[in-house]
Amino acid sequence: MKNPIGHEIPEQIANELGLGIYGVDKDPRVAEKDTTPLVEREYTNNKVVESIEEAIKMCGLKDGMTISFHHHFREGDQVLNQVMEVIARMGFKDLKVASSSLNSVHAPLIEHIKSGVVRKIETSGCRGHLADEISRGLMEKPVIFRSHGGRAAAIADGKLHIDIAFLGAPCSDTYGNASGVCLDEEMQAKVSECGSLGYAKVDAQYADKVVIVTDTIVEYPNAVQSIEGTLVTCVVKVDSIGDPSKISAGATRFTKNPRDLMIAESAAKVIINSGYFNNGMSIQTGTGGASLAVTRFLADTMKAKGITARFALGGITGQMVKLHEQGLIETLWDVQDFDTEAAASLRRNPGHHEVDGLLYATPFDRASILNQLDIVVLSALEIDVNFNVNVLTGSDGVIRGAIGGHPDTAKGADLTVIVTPLIRGRIPCVRDKVGTICTDGQYCDVLVTDVGIAVNPKRPEIKERLLAAGLKVYDINELKEMAEKVVGKPDALQFTEKIVGVVTAPDGTILDLIYGVVD
Amino acid sequence: MAQKHRLRRTMMFIPGNNPGMMRDAHIYGSDSLMFDLEDSVSMAEKDAARQLVYQALKTIDYGSTEIVVRINPLDTPYGRADVEAMVAAGAQVLRMPKTETPQDIIECEKVIAEMEAKYGRPQGDTLMMAAIEGALGVVNAYQIATSSQRLIGIALGAEDFCANMKCQRTTSGAELQLARQTIVVAARAAGIDALDTVYSDVNNEEQLLYETRLIKELGFDGKSVINPRQIAPVHSVFNPAPKDIEKAKRIVAALKEAEAKGSGVISLNGKMIDKPVVLRAQRVIELALIAGIISPAEVE
Repeated sequence: MKNPIGHEIPEQIANELGLGIYGVDKDPRVAEKDTTPLVEREYTNNKVVESIEEAIKMCGLKDGMTISFHHHFREGDQVLNQVMEVIARMGFKDLKVASSSLNSVHAPLIEHIKSGVVRKIETSGCRGHLADEISRGLMEKPVIFRSHGGRAAAIADGKLHIDIAFLGAPCSDTYGNASGVCLDEEMQAKVSECGSLGYAKVDAQYADKVVIVTDTIVEYPNAVQSIEGTLVTCVVKVDSIGDPSKISAGATRFTKNPRDLMIAESAAKVIINSGYFNNGMSIQTGTGGASLAVTRFLADTMKAKGITARFALGGITGQMVKLHEQGLIETLWDVQDFDTEAAASLRRNPGHHEVDGLLYATPFDRASILNQLDIVVLSALEIDVNFNVNVLTGSDGVIRGAIGGHPDTAKGADLTVIVTPLIRGRIPCVRDKVGTICTDGQYCDVLVTDVGIAVNPKRPEIKERLLAAGLKVYDINELKEMAEKVVGKPDALQFTEKIVGVVTAPDGTILDLIYGVVD
Repeated sequence: MAQKHRLRRTMMFIPGNNPGMMRDAHIYGSDSLMFDLEDSVSMAEKDAARQLVYQALKTIDYGSTEIVVRINPLDTPYGRADVEAMVAAGAQVLRMPKTETPQDIIECEKVIAEMEAKYGRPQGDTLMMAAIEGALGVVNAYQIATSSQRLIGIALGAEDFCANMKCQRTTSGAELQLARQTIVVAARAAGIDALDTVYSDVNNEEQLLYETRLIKELGFDGKSVINPRQIAPVHSVFNPAPKDIEKAKRIVAALKEAEAKGSGVISLNGKMIDKPVVLRAQRVIELALIAGIISPAEVE
C-alpha cells in the first residue's frame, strides 16, 4: 500500500510491528497543521471551553463516577462548590467526591448529599457544618479518611480511581499548563497565588480526565507549571476561583501565645538533644502554632553550632523560607504552602521545589521524601498513654480536623515529636484512650506538653539522651494524671451504632472507625 | 511551704476570676504567683472569685512557686471574708493593697491570727506583703516595712500612686523615682524584699527591659508581671551575667583559700578584695544557684 506521499508500505510489516500507516491510519487526536501565529492561535485553537457544564459534557461524566478536587485554596475555595452546583443542576447522581481535604466552606455539599447527587466521600479531613452533619449520620456510607500519602498511593495504585479531576488553578495558559504561582510580573497582583499544587499534581497524573478551573488565563507559555498541559482535557475560565484573602493566606506569623511558645521551646530542646540534630539533617513541622514556632528556637542553635539542614519538607511557611534564604536549610521540598511568602519563594528561589503528594509521602516507595526525614514535629488534639494520636475528632466526638500527613510523616521520620498543651479549656489532652486513632502510637517518639515531656518506652535511647542533657522526662501516665488532677476525667462519650467514618492507615488498611454522635 | 526569704524576681498577677489562667499559671516559671481578688475582680464577682481561688489552692499543685493572694482591704465588705478563705486554703502570702500606715498591717495581722487559730494553722504561718500605692504610704514606708514579723516585702503600686500624686506614668519613670528609692531603702532597712510595680504594655518588651534594668540598679528584688511573656525578659535582667558568675566564682575561691591559710586578707591576682566585694560575689553565686544557672557542684 502506498502512503499519501507515494511510498510503498506493505500492510504486512505494519501489522507485524503493530504500527499504522502514515496518512491512512489517522488518529483523531492529531490536529491539522495550524498556520496561524502563536499570538492568535493561543486564543483560537486551544483547550479552553466556555463553561463548567461544557467541560463536564466533554469529559463524559456519568452517574456513579468518582470526581476529585484539591484543598490548596483552603477556606477560600469556591471551585468545588461551583462545580458541584452545575453537576447537581445537570441531574447526575450517586457520585463519589474524592477531595484531598474538605473545609467549612464546603457546607453546600450537605444538600448534594441529601439529594443523592453525592453518595460517597473520600478525604483527608472535614470541618464545619458538613463535618457536624456527617457526624450526625448524614451519609449512608461512611466517609473514608485517607492521609495525604495514603491518598496519593491509593490513586497511583488504582484503589482510588478518579474519573474526572476538577483542579482549581490560580493561573493557566489556554493549553492547561497550570500553576499555583504566577511568573508574569504584570499579572501577579491579580492572581490568588496558593503556591504549590502538590496534592493536585497526583490527581492530574492519574485521573482519566482533567479539567483545569481558573479565573486567570495567562499568556502562553506558563512555563514553570505545576500541572502540564498534556495531562489536561480542558480548561474552564470562571469569574472567580474563590476568596483571594483566604486562598493567599497572609504571612504565618510566629505565635505570641506564651503557652505555644513554651511548648515550642521545649520541643526545640528535645530535638537539639535527641541525637538527630546534626549537620545535614532533614526536618518537617506540621500545622499549629507550637509546631510551626519550633524552627524559631532551632535556628539560633543551628547558627551557633554551624549546623545546616539538607532539606525541609511538607507544608512550607514564610519562616521556613527565611531559614532557607539564610542558608540554614539547603532545599525546600514543597507539597503545600501555608502563606503568601512561601508561595512567592517558590517563584523566586531555585532551591525551593514543588513536589507531588506521591513523591512526598507514598508509603510504598523508599524514595518518598518522608522516608529521608530525620525529624518531624506534629500537633495533636489528644494522645493516649500508648502515644496513639487523634487529630480528627473533637472531645465531643464530632469530626473537626484532618489527618493530613500526620501518620505518613510520623512513621517516615526517625524522630517524631508530638506537641500539645496538657489541657485545652476543661479537656485533658493526654488520655487513657483517644477518641479516634489517626496515628499508631508506636511511631510517635516524644510527647512535649506545656507541663512536661514524655518519651515512648520504645525509644529508651532518646530518653537517655534527654536525661543526660538535664531535661526532665515524665512517664506519660504521670502527665495524664496531672491533667486529670486539675480537670478531672471526662465522662465517656455516647455514640450511635452507625459508622460515619473510616480512618485508614497510610497503606490503605482500616485503622479505626468513627461512630455517629448522639445529639 | 511559706518562706520569708526566697527568690522573687517575678510575681505574676492572675485575675481571681479566670480559671483558665489559674489552672496552670505556674508552668511559665515566675517565682511567685499573685491571685487577685481586688482590682481585677468586679463587685458582682467578688464571692465567686474568692471561691474559685480557694478551690484552686486546695486542688492544684503549684509546685515550688510562691502563692500570694491579693485580698480586698479590710474596710470593704469583702476583706475579712477574703482573709478567712485564704488562710483556710493555705495561701502562703496575703498581699494588702493600698497600705498607708503600719496600723493597716497590724489590723490585718489580727484577723489573720484569728483565722489561723480557727483553721488550725500554726500562728505566724501566713506571711504578708504590703503594697504601697499612695503618697502617705511612701512617707510611712519604713514604719510599714517594720510593722509585722510576717512581712516578706513591700511593693510599689504605680497606677494608684500616680493618681494620688496627680501625675502621669512616663517612659523615663521620673514620677516614681522618689517612691521607688524610698521603698527600696525602707525594705533594706527592715531586711525584707522590695518589689516593683507592673509594666502593662505586654507588647513593648523594650520598655519592660528598660524599667527592669532601672529598678534592678536601684536595688529592687523583683518586678510584678501581668503576662507570661514578661517573665523571661525580667529574669534576663535579674539573672547574673555569665562573666559576673565567673568573676564571683574566683572571688569565692580566693576567700576559701584565705580561710584555709587562716589569713584575714583576701587577694585575687595580687589585688586585695574588700568585704563588700566578697558579699556581692556571694550574692551572685547564691542567685545563680537559685535561678538554676549553675549547679552546686560548680561552686564546691
